[in-house]
Amino acid sequence: MKSAGEAADHIISAICDAHDNNPAALIEILHDVQGQKGHVPDGDLVVIAMALNLSRAEIFGTMSFYPDFHAQPPEAPVVKICRGEACQAMGALELADKFAAAPMAGEPVEVEPVYCLGNCALAPAAMIGDTLIGRADVARLQSVLADLKK
Amino acid sequence: MSVIFVPNDSAAVSVGADDVAAAIVARAQEQNIDIEVRRNGSRGMFWLEPLVEIEHKGTRYAFGPVLPSEVPALFAAGLAHKSPGAIDHPKALGPTEQIDYLKNQERLTFARCGLAEPLDLQAYEQLGGLAGLKLALKATPKDIVETIAASGLRGRGGAGFPAGIKWKTVADQPGSEKYICCNADEGDSGTFADRLLMEADPYCLIEGMIIAGLATGAERGLIYLRSEYPAAIAVMGKAIEKMSAAGWLGDDVGSCGRRFEIEVRRGAGAYICGEESSMLESLEGKRGEVRAKPPIPAISGLFGRPTLVNNVLTLAAVPWIMAHGAKAYAEYGQGRSKGTQAFQLGGNIARGGLVEKAFGVTIRDLIEGFGGGTASGKPFATAQLGGPLGAYVNDEMLDLPMDYEALAKAGAMLGHGGIIVFDDQVDMAQMARFAFDFCAIESCGKCTPCRIGAVRGRETLDKIIAGDNVKENLLLVEDLCELMTDGSLCAMGGLTPMPVRSAIKLFPDHFASPGADQTAPNAASAKL
Ligand SMILES: Cc1cc2nc3c(=O)[nH]c(=O)nc-3n(C[C@H](O)[C@H](O)[C@H](O)COP(=O)(O)O)c2cc1C
Ligand code: SF4
Ligand code: FES
Repeated sequence: MKSAGEAADHIISAICDAHDNNPAALIEILHDVQGQKGHVPDGDLVVIAMALNLSRAEIFGTMSFYPDFHAQPPEAPVVKICRGEACQAMGALELADKFAAAPMAGEPVEVEPVYCLGNCALAPAAMIGDTLIGRADVARLQSVLADLKK
Repeated sequence: MSVIFVPNDSAAVSVGADDVAAAIVARAQEQNIDIEVRRNGSRGMFWLEPLVEIEHKGTRYAFGPVLPSEVPALFAAGLAHKSPGAIDHPKALGPTEQIDYLKNQERLTFARCGLAEPLDLQAYEQLGGLAGLKLALKATPKDIVETIAASGLRGRGGAGFPAGIKWKTVADQPGSEKYICCNADEGDSGTFADRLLMEADPYCLIEGMIIAGLATGAERGLIYLRSEYPAAIAVMGKAIEKMSAAGWLGDDVGSCGRRFEIEVRRGAGAYICGEESSMLESLEGKRGEVRAKPPIPAISGLFGRPTLVNNVLTLAAVPWIMAHGAKAYAEYGQGRSKGTQAFQLGGNIARGGLVEKAFGVTIRDLIEGFGGGTASGKPFATAQLGGPLGAYVNDEMLDLPMDYEALAKAGAMLGHGGIIVFDDQVDMAQMARFAFDFCAIESCGKCTPCRIGAVRGRETLDKIIAGDNVKENLLLVEDLCELMTDGSLCAMGGLTPMPVRSAIKLFPDHFASPGADQTAPNAASAKL
């Protein structure tokens, strides 16, 4: 029987294989790993490095450049509130403050800044998971969070 | 049977389009009415989303913005059985194409957006798609390049570089290992035209890329698509599959014996990866650090091979140009700004959305005529043109024509065509601070003027905002701006001074705290 570690390695190797172990596909590979696990665990970097014939330091260097990738799993659902100028013009900063102060029935959320979600005509915009929210207000953010929990 | 259209564009969905579609289906079932709901792309009139349309005798009628809770009342008013023109409901807008916002546009690139289901290849062809590609398959590469050059098409990603020159440079390089890299990073705040097009008319972009491949001899295309656009990523992926299955992509494009393949690559949240050399690094699987130029990508780009980097809208303009001719395209616009531009109205604006219009339209026409002024109803104060690195303009500049040269002369830029409107509640010192802040956050870190300058700029603005030595600190900001403009490796650091300087120049009283420094210009009229 395989140990849990080996099984995890197998998932990572399969992802790398699906990209022909091509070093140029590293960003795609990191996205796929994060898509499966919710983050890119430190231990996986060595497996990716071996598959792509790169050093662990190179993988880490690339990964750390991109805001999308997280080495730790998020502690709470992540709510991205846009701080781009169009959203600022419609009160995005106030929304972020208000939302951060409004407890979600006592449950924690992580509010992350983003800079433009391509929804500037329906500002302020926010994103939870893959769900884009236009004309966002505290109530709508809360209801999307509640729906996602179901 | 009525056909009812409800967009599946992500902006429409962000304000409830999925719920509206579901409510329509449910209501029709309840009442035993035979309808078909089609999920089209958006027409780009975002302030009317979710925009429901019904087709009747070849004309589409619009209703919007529709709330899910309004669906029963719309059915009661006759939505699925009356002639839609006769329906009396506050949300009835009449024939879609007669809505001023749409009627007054000149839609070439976006002509098909919102008409059909985005992945319906047959509808694409019926609506004029593939006509340009079919002509290109019969033309020589040289003819295609000449057509693009003669059309006057310039890069829509921000720099406005003539597309024909770039295409020729790539075409002139020997060998077949060349790449077409479509820049779909669309990082500029205030812009969404790339997203709208990819979600509504994905085949148009693919067609443009294939034509670029035929013209330059490249056999591989990559679309660098930002991860913030999951819906566009999904649509483009499916569109590529369908075009491959139909023989328009692959080993034998349109049975002409030429190869062309396209792959979507996701970005990962870094604004700088929209800069072309940083994008190429990212496509090679590396940190998105900007490369020094020369060499230019057209000569040595992806993996050191000749690479055509073009924005989504540059490539999406190509099928129209091939199908209708260079001359027809160049008849739109003025001076050296030929054709149409996708203007994107966002921020504090009553009617936000996409306006495709020939170059030369004034800022006022866009903001007031199309946009209807501010959303808040408060007086207009400023607009930022061309994204986070673009200048702010004030009300005295609104009669400027949207044209690359005219804007440059006025110290502004068109960029990717975004226009962000602010009402008189805006604090321009905060906006200038934000410009530095954004640069500090998004800098790739390769050169000092940008990496350190942005942080110093932010600190200095904090002091100004606090009323600390305002006059001296404004001079310091000006020095920093000069240093960043002259010394930065790329336009991230090089153009951050644009919003900062324009804010200081046009709104000096926002930069002097009341009572803090009476010698500062306009201190007496300082904003409270
Ligand atoms: C900081 C920075 C960000 C940029 N972001 C984008 C972008 O998101 N999309 C884009 O097409 N061009 C962007 N550009 C411009 C590209 O470097 C390049 O000029 C463009 O992709 C070329 O295509 P075009 O000639 O068709 O415009 C950016 C440039 C800079 C300096
Ligand atoms: S100007 Fe900024 S973003 Fe551009 S190369 Fe220098 S550090 Fe990188
Ligand atoms: S600026 Fe917020 S969505 Fe574009």
